[in-house]
Amino acid sequence: MKPVVIVGAGPAGIRAARTLLDHGIRPCLIDENLRAGGQIYRRQPENFRRSARQLYGFEAGKAQAVHHTMDELAGLIDYRPHTLVWNAEDGRLDLLDNGRAQSIEYSRLIVATGATDRILPVPGWTFPGVYSLGAAQIALKYQGCAIGGRVAFCGSGPLLYLVAYQYAQAGAKVVAVLDSAPFSAQCRALPALLRQPLTLAKGMYYRAWLSAHGIPVHQGATLRQIDGDQRVRGIRWGEQSLECDAVAFAHALRSETQLADLLGCEFAWDSLNRAWLPQRDSAGRSSVEAVYLAGDGAGIMGADAAQMAGECAALALLEDAGSTVDQRRREALQKQLASIRRFRQGLETAFPFPEHWAAQAPDELMLCRCEEVSAGAVRAVVDEGHWEINRVKAHCRVGMGRCQGRMCGLAAAEIVAERSGRRIDQVGRLRGQAPIKPLPFGVEVQP
Amino acid sequence: MIDVIVLGGGIVGASAALMLAQKGQRVALVERDFCGSHSSGVNYGGVRRQGRPLHQLPLSQRAHQLWADLPGLIGIDGEYVCCGHLKLARSPADFATLQAYATQTDGFGLDLQLLDQRQLRVRFPWVGDVAVGASLCPEDGHANPRLVSPAFARAAQRLGASVHEQAEVTRIEHDSRQFQVHCANGLHLQAPWLLNCAGAWAGSVAAQFGEPVPITSAHPAMLVTEPLPVVMTVSTGVEGGGIYARQVARGNCILGGGRGFAVDPCRARPGQVAVLEILRNAGELYPFLKGAQAIRTWSGTEGYLPDHEPVIGPSSTQPGLLHGFGFAGAGFQLGPAVGEALAEIVCTGASRQPIEAFSIRRFQA
Ligand SMILES: Cc1cc2nc3c(=O)[nH]c(=O)nc-3n(C[C@H](O)[C@H](O)[C@H](O)COP(=O)(O)OP(=O)(O)OC[C@H]3O[C@@H](n4cnc5c(N)ncnc54)[C@H](O)[C@@H]3O)c2cc1C
Ligand SMILES: Cc1cc2nc3c(=O)[nH]c(=O)nc-3n(C[C@H](O)[C@H](O)[C@H](O)COP(=O)(O)OP(=O)(O)OC[C@H]3O[C@@H](n4cnc5c(N)ncnc54)[C@H](O)[C@@H]3O)c2cc1C
Repeated sequence: MKPVVIVGAGPAGIRAARTLLDHGIRPCLIDENLRAGGQIYRRQPENFRRSARQLYGFEAGKAQAVHHTMDELAGLIDYRPHTLVWNAEDGRLDLLDNGRAQSIEYSRLIVATGATDRILPVPGWTFPGVYSLGAAQIALKYQGCAIGGRVAFCGSGPLLYLVAYQYAQAGAKVVAVLDSAPFSAQCRALPALLRQPLTLAKGMYYRAWLSAHGIPVHQGATLRQIDGDQRVRGIRWGEQSLECDAVAFAHALRSETQLADLLGCEFAWDSLNRAWLPQRDSAGRSSVEAVYLAGDGAGIMGADAAQMAGECAALALLEDAGSTVDQRRREALQKQLASIRRFRQGLETAFPFPEHWAAQAPDELMLCRCEEVSAGAVRAVVDEGHWEINRVKAHCRVGMGRCQGRMCGLAAAEIVAERSGRRIDQVGRLRGQAPIKPLPFGVEVQP
Repeated sequence: MIDVIVLGGGIVGASAALMLAQKGQRVALVERDFCGSHSSGVNYGGVRRQGRPLHQLPLSQRAHQLWADLPGLIGIDGEYVCCGHLKLARSPADFATLQAYATQTDGFGLDLQLLDQRQLRVRFPWVGDVAVGASLCPEDGHANPRLVSPAFARAAQRLGASVHEQAEVTRIEHDSRQFQVHCANGLHLQAPWLLNCAGAWAGSVAAQFGEPVPITSAHPAMLVTEPLPVVMTVSTGVEGGGIYARQVARGNCILGGGRGFAVDPCRARPGQVAVLEILRNAGELYPFLKGAQAIRTWSGTEGYLPDHEPVIGPSSTQPGLLHGFGFAGAGFQLGPAVGEALAEIVCTGASRQPIEAFSIRRFQA
């Protein structure tokens, strides 16, 4: 019998695995990381001894619950950590585990691949000492390291205040927080945000804590440039500047959708996420038979929603496979998810996408680090009459390198849209190709 | 008023449009997607004569001359380098085949140089020990298809050809004077000449005019590495088939080998079998790749006839209709010369290069 497979051991994937097991199905759970937990509840290495409270703050209880669930599950399911899914084809996933290639057939599949930071580059972003917000948090959460001695946090989104707070709590010197969203936007968003009062309260707490501890928070402040030579020396915004030796920046998150793409899922433009997302029904069924989507990999909703969506998708899968499931439970979950989605709309109002970014990006700005393609090079291709993102990629290599556009693709699309006078949803979607992440020559192939 | 409608904006159709425009013809180039976005834009980039069947060599030789002045023709260098093509032999029998080919093609201007194992080691020390000998065609080379093929269409446009992209031809009629060509986007064109350069999709046009051909699609598998130190001084292939590889100035190595599969009629993927074969086996031919990372794979949709020869030349049923399709994985190099041959037929009634071997009549019993 082919197993039910779950890709991604974050909150969504773990909850899905738990739900399946509770209904008598022993799934295979595959995750690229060494330890389960996903992004938010990323676990420190085995020999590290920091407390959950230190690592996860307010979320300590939830983190411990997720880890506990996973510890229970590990022996009961087919759990495969440190295993990358690099391709999907013909009812089978292709895996890479320590230089060994393998494949696994599935009867049904839950894709819970999560998210990464959304990066809008600024001049100087390639200096050593510049990290994405998520990466800065991973350094702290996973390794107990700070990215620098004097750190500036820039960009926008809830993670901005959270990570700045976590750094300050851990004893790092936070020199400033630059939020590109104006205070007025956050006021406008209040009604929608009140749908999740607890989450809102936490966000306000971080913000207030930072101010109370004398950390300057600048709202409506767009990072213009990162200065440096061998490494970061300072930042500039508006007419102001500041010295620092590290910068963490990002504008919210983007979904990891390559696997859904390789699986053939239909995508649609989602204006809330300002991204192309694999389509799913309210229970998590994708457009492809037997493939389900859950968590931030199909649209950013956060960890609580990821867990609910993981359970929902598992229930839908069970139902499709002929099991009886608790309908009331499912309806309740779907209702909660809808409410979180409205909260998410509020977040988008509070931390709006910086619409002017593309117009302001100077020609010399390096957009694509892997292939070293500047904003000017992309504009030159657009000026030749090209406007479709895959076509632009073919002409100037933007998004063609090691990251396959996972980091630069969204920014490149913004530049193409702005230059060609089209709406962002009209320039097309960067098509995914295997491998999802690089594959080494000399792989050992297991039958 | 249009003289010629060219159906298909790959390198063949776009070259034909360019050559016709150069000769003063009024041309419309009609492309379903973007010019050079199918085989012509996604191929391996090999610009090689070595290894072709003898009757392709005059055309291929003419193409070689056209490639030599690529900037003059299309306005960019297209990363074309004339660095040589090295065909490796893995066994004495394969080396004997290379020797025989060198003898047969003597006089066609390929200037093949046979290298025994010792000479191969000295000149190309990065080639793996499995190679026992090789044949070098010093003036073959490689180019960037993503840049070259669209540039042919742009060059045609600069000379006055009208280029219609995102215009899928859905209906063709001949009203005894002209072809009436209708596109899905509402575009309607008419002209006395129609060139069928629709690549893997050209069979339906031929069938419509009562001359069906047994064309099938296949999908060569491609893969590219992250940039590596530049070691490959020539483009390579293997006698009897196998993994072929070249390295671009930026350092990325491009490898091909094996076949992928169709996702839909227009798109293809290389498939994990072919990708893993390349990753596992490339090392014995190209040992320097050990530990390198492959960052991307892709494929394309190419038309093949059973004899692996293209169809080039006039229709056997419909005056004014010319064919140029089915290049069996080797039409990138030939493209410009095929375009020229078709343009010559329109303008002078005959191609300067011999193309009889490629007539569509060969499928009519
Ligand atoms: C760096 C980072 C830090 C974050 N920190 C917070 C935070 O502190 N608070 C908060 O509320 N939200 C945070 N978020 C938001 C976070 O996305 C969600 O809260 C939550 O983690 C989503 O859960 P998930 O299960 O959908 O995905 P994730 O938790 O992202 O888990 C997805 C898992 O899938 C695995 N995976 C993906 N692709 C593959 C593949 N091809 N093969 C194998 N495995 C694969 C990943 O390794 C990962 O373990 C963070 C996001 C990021 C990117
Ligand atoms: C992966 C791969 C690797 C290859 N490697 C090499 C190599 O190294 N060297 C070499 O010489 N050759 C190589 N080839 C072969 C070479 O790419 C092709 O032979 C050549 O590009 C064919 O050109 P074409 O113009 O006939 O076809 P195409 O480039 O396929 O162009 C045909 C065009 O017609 C259009 N079309 C079809 N139907 C319609 C319609 N109804 N209406 C409007 N437009 C239509 C299509 O959209 C398409 O753009 C390779 C091919 C592939 C796929």
